[in-house]
Amino acid sequence: MPLTGPAQSFGALLIRGLLAGLIAGLLAGVFAYTVGEPKVDAAIAIEEANAHAAGDDGHHEELVGRDGQKGGLFLATGLYGAAMGGLLATAYTVLRRRLRTSNDTRAALGLAGAALLGVVLVPYLKYPPNPPAVGNPDTINQRTISYLAIVVIGLVAVWAGVVAARTQPVEWRQALAGVAGFLVVVAVGYLLLPTVDEVPGTFPATLLWNFRIASLGTQAVMWSALGLGFAALATRPVREPAREAVPVA
Amino acid sequence: MPKAQAAHPLTTPAVSPRLLWTSLAVVALMLLITYLVAFDQGAVSRSGMYLHELMHDGRHLLGVPCH
Repeated sequence: MPLTGPAQSFGALLIRGLLAGLIAGLLAGVFAYTVGEPKVDAAIAIEEANAHAAGDDGHHEELVGRDGQKGGLFLATGLYGAAMGGLLATAYTVLRRRLRTSNDTRAALGLAGAALLGVVLVPYLKYPPNPPAVGNPDTINQRTISYLAIVVIGLVAVWAGVVAARTQPVEWRQALAGVAGFLVVVAVGYLLLPTVDEVPGTFPATLLWNFRIASLGTQAVMWSALGLGFAALATRPVREPAREAVPVA
Repeated sequence: MPKAQAAHPLTTPAVSPRLLWTSLAVVALMLLITYLVAFDQGAVSRSGMYLHELMHDGRHLLGVPCH
């Protein structure tokens, strides 16, 4: 195996993916901590006020306090990021030869963009994330299954878009077929899966909006940083071992 | 597809059966980590609800259904 050139083995790519993912996860954590935590705090205040109004004024022993949960945020985004980095590196290794570009950076960014679209944006528009105080605990299992289903459908939709695009000979028709193939699968998924609307009428609309924007931003930071970081690490040429300087006569 | 692509030095190994099994094992491990962050309520982590509660805010802000 040559020591020069971009990373070649699965192991080398995997290490780079995990590293890029961990960094991306921590950056997403910084964004979530700065922009998202104030919204979570506000939602929890409403949750507690509701519980109080319902006559539940006993103090609950909390397993992890709010400060612990804010620290745990970084554990969650860091682990999630590393896992996504590992998956991206694996997808890159297995699919690289099937991606019709000679540019490794473009291949890595394309896969990260496809993941952002399929795993984040498609699920986001069907089941937008909710802050504490929104959501009925009795339906959590059903909602979790629906969420996993829409993640799978998102990935299938991206795949369908690529397959459809490849049936066409000219570029503009490829783009059109790709978008159409993607949208057909998304539309079928959106229609078949149950609608969830569990936002209480009293929950402030602006807080819900701001929380959802913060959540979207967290994922956007995650996948942008992961795509760019992995592309940079995986395609960076390994430096040749320094040669002895040859004295010029 | 441009013919020039053949000259491009491919930077990933060809997918052999061994690579396929290794990558499947890696995918399973990565999905397990994702499960621990996003969905576990103590059954896999063996920590009771501790890890679940610790990562509560992360779950909400990553957009996973929580409660």
